[in-house]
Amino acid sequence: MSDRILMQGNDAIARGLVEAGCAVAASYPGTPASEILSSIDRWRKKCGATMHVEWAVNEKVALEIAYTAAITGLRAAVSMKQVGLNVASDPLLSAAYLGVTGGFLVVSADDPGPHSSQTEQDSRLLAMMAKVPVLDPASPAQAMALAGTGFDLSETFGVPVMLRPTTRLCHASQDVDAPPFRLPVREARFVKDPARWAATPAYRRMLHDRLAEKIAAIAAWPPTAPIRVNPEVSPAKAVVASGVAFAHARELFGELGISERIALYQVIQPYPLHAAFIDHLLETYAEILVLEESAPVIEMQVADRRRVRGRMTGAVPGTGELLPEIIERLLSGFAGLPVPAGALPAQGGGRRPTLCPGCAHRSSFYAIRKAAPDGIYPSDIGCYTLGINLGAVDTVLCMGAAVSQAAGFDYAHRLSGKQVDIVATIGDSTFYHAGIPPLIDAVVQGARFVLVILDNGTTAMTGNQPTPGTGIGAGGETTAAIDMEGLVRACGVRFCRAANPDRLPEFVALLKDALVHAREGGVAVVIARQPCAMVTRAAGGKEPGAIVITGECTGCRHCVDRFECPALVFDEAANRVRIDEMICTGCGVCVYVCPEETIRAESAGEKRS
Amino acid sequence: MSADVGKLPLMRQQVVLSGVGGQGILFLSRLLAEAAIAAGFPVLTSETHGMAQRGGVVVSHLKVGGFDSPLVRTGRADLLLVLKEENVALHREFLADGGTLVVNAPVPTDAGPRVRVHAVDADALALSAGTPHAVNLVLLGFALTRVGGVTAGGFFCTAREIREALSRRQGGGGSRLADSLSALDLGIAHGT
Repeated sequence: MSDRILMQGNDAIARGLVEAGCAVAASYPGTPASEILSSIDRWRKKCGATMHVEWAVNEKVALEIAYTAAITGLRAAVSMKQVGLNVASDPLLSAAYLGVTGGFLVVSADDPGPHSSQTEQDSRLLAMMAKVPVLDPASPAQAMALAGTGFDLSETFGVPVMLRPTTRLCHASQDVDAPPFRLPVREARFVKDPARWAATPAYRRMLHDRLAEKIAAIAAWPPTAPIRVNPEVSPAKAVVASGVAFAHARELFGELGISERIALYQVIQPYPLHAAFIDHLLETYAEILVLEESAPVIEMQVADRRRVRGRMTGAVPGTGELLPEIIERLLSGFAGLPVPAGALPAQGGGRRPTLCPGCAHRSSFYAIRKAAPDGIYPSDIGCYTLGINLGAVDTVLCMGAAVSQAAGFDYAHRLSGKQVDIVATIGDSTFYHAGIPPLIDAVVQGARFVLVILDNGTTAMTGNQPTPGTGIGAGGETTAAIDMEGLVRACGVRFCRAANPDRLPEFVALLKDALVHAREGGVAVVIARQPCAMVTRAAGGKEPGAIVITGECTGCRHCVDRFECPALVFDEAANRVRIDEMICTGCGVCVYVCPEETIRAESAGEKRS
Repeated sequence: MSADVGKLPLMRQQVVLSGVGGQGILFLSRLLAEAAIAAGFPVLTSETHGMAQRGGVVVSHLKVGGFDSPLVRTGRADLLLVLKEENVALHREFLADGGTLVVNAPVPTDAGPRVRVHAVDADALALSAGTPHAVNLVLLGFALTRVGGVTAGGFFCTAREIREALSRRQGGGGSRLADSLSALDLGIAHGT
């Protein structure tokens, strides 16, 4: 048995961080980056390192906490998905100017595709805007190594460094050599220097000059210079690739047998691209093909339009993931081989995602449509975005926007003399993340809407991380817990009531009360409180159910179309609904939903009437 | 990049696992990957996370041997394991000519010419055994037996290595390991 162990990309990044002496780590969960912080906590426990590890309330707070540790000389890291970097961009751009004394790594995971994100944005472009060097690993093993390199780079030049994995790295697993930990120990020491740490605009100009000098020096730093894969040949063409696109390309170079004809380079640090490398490329090659995700960051720095091809020139598709099938076609064409006509893997199609069987969000959405059938339903980011299947989600913009969009709809319609029922939904984690400032704003402006906070006591979509309301920390430790009702009232909301949405008739009545208040009295908040069905199932909390459909089912499809529980299956041949016992949790909410009253709960359960 | 590229040129196997969120595709691919490492092979997998895990289409790629890319290209998979029959239409493109499909279905699904198909009603078996969540292991046990070992041009690992990987993962006490092993054995019995 070898000492190589299976590590997911995120696990490998976490291992690399802990191994390199990261003392403070903060994150807000988001696919594909979520596993990094929980894995940091596991490695921390395994090696006995003294660390502060936390799920922060949002990415901006997470970045500020980790950054501050790095100006006391400690090594620190923050991890997030790419849209989280938008939230954290404010402190990042300033942190680049002020710099650090201890190593500071910003791990921002991109999602070309996108598979589980609102955008395909390229964090490397934001690194470029911030003037922060960025490293682009191609495999879990390389990501683990680059965590340490990144800290070294950060400390050598006193700048924040970005590590940019993508989904196909974060969620790839690989056998990785895991040697014993060597843990450096440092002491926090903040050296006061207000001209730097609290710089006014006059000083900022000087800091900007200094940052430009650092970036020029980093563009000549040997440890992150591009790697030539096949130095033994001298062809006229070169492929320059980074990230997982490089991994695909390297495998295909072998399969297609083109290593003799085309030079292959891996760029480790897309920004700043090494200046000597740019000169070398332009002096040596007649044609250069750049393969990178998602934006043309390398390509735009090799600015010779006659010789460079890539996403800017249209030689490489300008959007979407660079799948290996696409890279195979591009490399074949570039090498002068016949271009294969193989199929691309199916994108989309098949069964669409749905809320889990037994999920209380389903009850909330069903009730919202009952209580406000002609309403407008702004919603937000989380599992509950799937309320779109139930016709109870009309808008999803970004974290926290459900609240501001609800207010925006009211103001817009008010101008036209109209009053519409607006029922917004937001999850508990998203509410804490970005829902509070817009709620304060809505109260102040007298907006009229109902906000339903779907409080399942967890960040479910990303793998059930704790929220500030749970009183549980990243390592399972006990923390202070936020009182959600108290918080809502402190925002100035006068109608705030909590209830279990699985008690459907009562919940519909509560929503109607809230709507009456909203029409006349401003914002009403209803907290739909019921634990996540996945957590309940994992805890072995509920026995698989004894829900039955009686012989009188008319095949009206109301439960299938409007409630959409995966455990309710329409049998086309028999023209009736049956229960899928493999997945039914026995929650019994569908008993209320059937207009013909043909769904029954056989055994007495807590939630069944 | 795996440092072992080219070291074990004889073992190169590409597997695609397909199902829907909640069926345990991710668990299955990690189990197989750990069995590959125990057998001394470099391994790369690619997993599906995020919203698709809520009952949507979930697919894992598993590449055993010296590979760099975590993804299996269409027309390259030696083996396609399908836990939800309706996904066959979606993912059969991954199979190479002469590849093998193992599907959770009462009767073999038509996957076109040049594809060997083995079918087992793993849902019914898992439900009757009182372990509906172990349907993934029932299918794996069946596949290990039907497809055979590496000498028969089949799997890179045997049931013994899967049992060991399960014990390492779930050996912390409780009934989970016993349930998993009996689900695996149930599949093996139906594949024999």
